[in-house]
Amino acid sequence: MIDPIFLAEAAINGVMLGGILAILALGLNLIFGVIDIVWIVYVDLVMLCMYAIYFLSQVHGWPIWAAGLVSLGLGALLGVAVHVLVISPILTSPPINQLLATGGLLFFVQSFATFLWTTDHRSVRFSLPSFEVGGIFLPATRLIPFGISILAMLGLYLFLTRTYMGTAIRAVSQDRDAMSLMGANPRRVYVVTSAVGGLMAGLAGALLIFQYSVHPFFGGQFGPLTFMICVLGGLGNMVGAFVASFVMSEIISIAGVIWSTEMGYVIAFVVFIVMMFVRPGGILARRE
Amino acid sequence: MSLLEVRGVTAGYGAFTALWDVSLSVAAGEAVAVVGPNGAGKTTLLRVLSGLLPVRSGELVLEGGVRLTGRSAHEIVAHGIAHVPEGRRLFPALTVTDNLKMGAFLPAARRHFAESLDRVYGLFPVLADRRGQRAGSLSGGEQQMLAVGRALMSRPKLILFDEPSMGLAPVMVLRLFDLIRQVRQEGYTILVVEQNVRQVLKIVDRAYLLEVGRIKMEGRAAELSEEDFVRKAYVGL
Repeated sequence: MIDPIFLAEAAINGVMLGGILAILALGLNLIFGVIDIVWIVYVDLVMLCMYAIYFLSQVHGWPIWAAGLVSLGLGALLGVAVHVLVISPILTSPPINQLLATGGLLFFVQSFATFLWTTDHRSVRFSLPSFEVGGIFLPATRLIPFGISILAMLGLYLFLTRTYMGTAIRAVSQDRDAMSLMGANPRRVYVVTSAVGGLMAGLAGALLIFQYSVHPFFGGQFGPLTFMICVLGGLGNMVGAFVASFVMSEIISIAGVIWSTEMGYVIAFVVFIVMMFVRPGGILARRE
Repeated sequence: MSLLEVRGVTAGYGAFTALWDVSLSVAAGEAVAVVGPNGAGKTTLLRVLSGLLPVRSGELVLEGGVRLTGRSAHEIVAHGIAHVPEGRRLFPALTVTDNLKMGAFLPAARRHFAESLDRVYGLFPVLADRRGQRAGSLSGGEQQMLAVGRALMSRPKLILFDEPSMGLAPVMVLRLFDLIRQVRQEGYTILVVEQNVRQVLKIVDRAYLLEVGRIKMEGRAAELSEEDFVRKAYVGL
């Protein structure tokens, strides 16, 4: 029998991982909900942002917060670039072509990263304290990213509900033509959406670098998990993605303590497959 | 001087031509109807006017000689033309207030948001009661009011109504035409496309008959009896 204190620690770690997964899933889901394209390359953009942080902070000696801010900007820029250079020209093509295009971009980005930076794993070293509360260890390398992820989600929520552009983004996802009749240029709304989605990728990179090393195939580590969370929550459903992130992170974290990390992923994927049969529309089926 | 002039417009979808050499004009302060049977090209005409469908030949000219030909939908709204589309096309998952907020998306309209909102809520008090509700949960009549209110939020000069009575219960149809009359009295210029000839002739100054993509008749509403239109449109005499 496992010590309940370990289970409690795993549950708390699950919550903290869930925050980061939610940032990834919300960014990807926002883009899908509005532009109707799944960016297969999404987590590879995160990888590029992590490299930026690594080089700025470890090689050029920038403070980590400054490198993190650059990562946000770079993410937004990459988001706009992917949209303008790859998505926009094929916006009216069949969905499978669009999917293949972003998939092709994934191979390009991975190969390019391998060519430039080799397959070495690189990590940023942090000397941050750990807190102990009732026998549970809470390292700052997890607490800080979790706190930032919650603030960022609050910010995203306020942007999408309180501003004209944020509300327009939601409106375009419901009826694109009607929104152009309101005087909004759908192309501009798409670019802003891609920038916000990219910004979330840059943020995710800044949060992941606290605990993970970066390498050209980093996307394979979190990409499938992110897609799974989006589908589980219902593609395009932001609340669903938020809930699904924590469901998945808890399964991975708790099963990881009971058995092993690998087993945690196995169980997570089995739960996903079963859920697809039980609730094909997602945990919270998309409301019309 | 007309507020809007349509000069010899031809338009269509792919190999199909839906409008042939259509010309009409709407003077400032006027209410004009385009009537005709199903498939006459009425909705196509409004889609052309609001920039959702490109013109193949012909011109759209606004007062002061501003050419609208070739402009996209979001630019045309900025020139003071609001569109209440067929089937209302509200944003169902947004609240009533957020739908109205989107009506005021243009920077010029945004500056007067609070004032426009008060005006729309004054005109349609039931919307004020439902302001926090999602648009998709409103009744058909309330949704129609919201669609009209949303168009008013852009502070337009001309409002285009596309088959506003479509899908409404007969009682609601009468209420709807009252509502359009009310909007008219607020000083807006109106172009309405409608199948319900009898009702629409009561609220407009002039009307055009559109049939198989061509203007077949035109005249003052008071001089045109419904019978003329119906005979022309449906019997072809």
